[in-house]
Amino acid sequence: MSPFPRNQWYVAAYAHEVGRELFTRTVCGESVLLWRTEAGEVAAMADRCIHRRFPLSETPSRLVGDSVVCGYHGFTYGANGVCTAVPGQARVPRTARLNTYPVKEQDSFVWVWIGERDKADETLIPRSPWLDSPRYTTVCGMEPLAARYGLLVDNLLDLSHETYLHGGYIGTPEVAETPITTEVDEAAGVVHVSRHMDDAECPPFYAKSTGITGRITRWQDIEYHAPCLYLLHSRIAPVGAPGPNADGSDLHAFHVEVVYAITPETEHSTHDFWAVARDFALEDQEVSDFLRENNRTVVLQDVAALDKLEQVIASESAGAQELSINIDTGGLAARRLLKRLTEAGSEARGTNERQSLAVS
Amino acid sequence: MSMSRPAPSAMLTGDAVYRVVWVPGTDRLRGWCWCGTSYEAEGPVELWQWLLAHPDNHVDGSAGRGSNLPLRPASRLPHRPRDLRGDEPSHERQP
Repeated sequence: MSPFPRNQWYVAAYAHEVGRELFTRTVCGESVLLWRTEAGEVAAMADRCIHRRFPLSETPSRLVGDSVVCGYHGFTYGANGVCTAVPGQARVPRTARLNTYPVKEQDSFVWVWIGERDKADETLIPRSPWLDSPRYTTVCGMEPLAARYGLLVDNLLDLSHETYLHGGYIGTPEVAETPITTEVDEAAGVVHVSRHMDDAECPPFYAKSTGITGRITRWQDIEYHAPCLYLLHSRIAPVGAPGPNADGSDLHAFHVEVVYAITPETEHSTHDFWAVARDFALEDQEVSDFLRENNRTVVLQDVAALDKLEQVIASESAGAQELSINIDTGGLAARRLLKRLTEAGSEARGTNERQSLAVS
Repeated sequence: MSMSRPAPSAMLTGDAVYRVVWVPGTDRLRGWCWCGTSYEAEGPVELWQWLLAHPDNHVDGSAGRGSNLPLRPASRLPHRPRDLRGDEPSHERQP
């Protein structure tokens, strides 16, 4: 069985990473070649020449107009993956074609569909509109994680770890002390975990970026859209400030949208995309620099912990004992959703493979 | 068992949303099936087992523990501040 949910959309890159240079990223064990056509459209295809498997992202492979030329023997492919030229002969074999991926550029991400092409439905891609909204300022990055993607899901669904792993940055005692409310929409594949702190210490991450010096009300509302997108709606306001209005306006609070795209690279490694979008100090470069450095530091604290945890888990026999408590309510729900999606993707793959064998 | 739902108000708006709250002042959890029936447990493992098994006796005969439901786009959170809608009010913050 595949270790990942197939027939799903995954973030392969930030839009700004993909241009007129050949770019590659491994998603769910598949090496994906990404580039932009001269018209600016993103093309996504297998990063292996069908001739002798040379990586098309590797020099001296190159982009010529809207064609990719393999740097080994010159096999040439269009944006649709079809081979248009081979060396030394006029006839291009009919089967000379790269597998292409359904791709969608949205909300500053490049999403690719991993699975059966005819099931790719762009309306299923979860949204994070803050990231390219002029009403927000965003800082972002991506850190490689030498751990299975499920460990990052566990980590992000239970923010009580902020108190211990990220003390002095985003963690304060109240995060671990405050009860959570969890909701799960099975059909949509969404887990929501809500933690509303009425009177909390303001951690440096928010004190220095907002200028608040006293205690705060701090809301953390997590939306995890399995398998790839994680949204943390963070609301910060001085204690005593009025709450949001019924129409959705909330003029007395600061809002930070923390977005993660959790993309499996291999069974034991993950692309940890992170972004922080804020609706205040939009033009303040110092605030941007501070949030970028501070959040990256927090992410790297997670990376160090999860890399170590991966080594431990990989060295243990399957089914080693764990203990779950109340703080794990959302994490357990996410695990179940991922298990269901993984099984569904594997069943579909198995059915297709059986059908292929039957007709071959 | 109880048929009423507790504060804070529901966040997800789908047709089949499970909901779990931390019972105030205790270490216990109370969960609501999407049909409105609830159950209290000492921990999340026991509670999820109950919730996921519960639809077996739903009166409308709807099968399922959710896993057979077709995947659909997620509903948007109604309470989310500053949702990027066209009718969003000005972002000017009051002192």
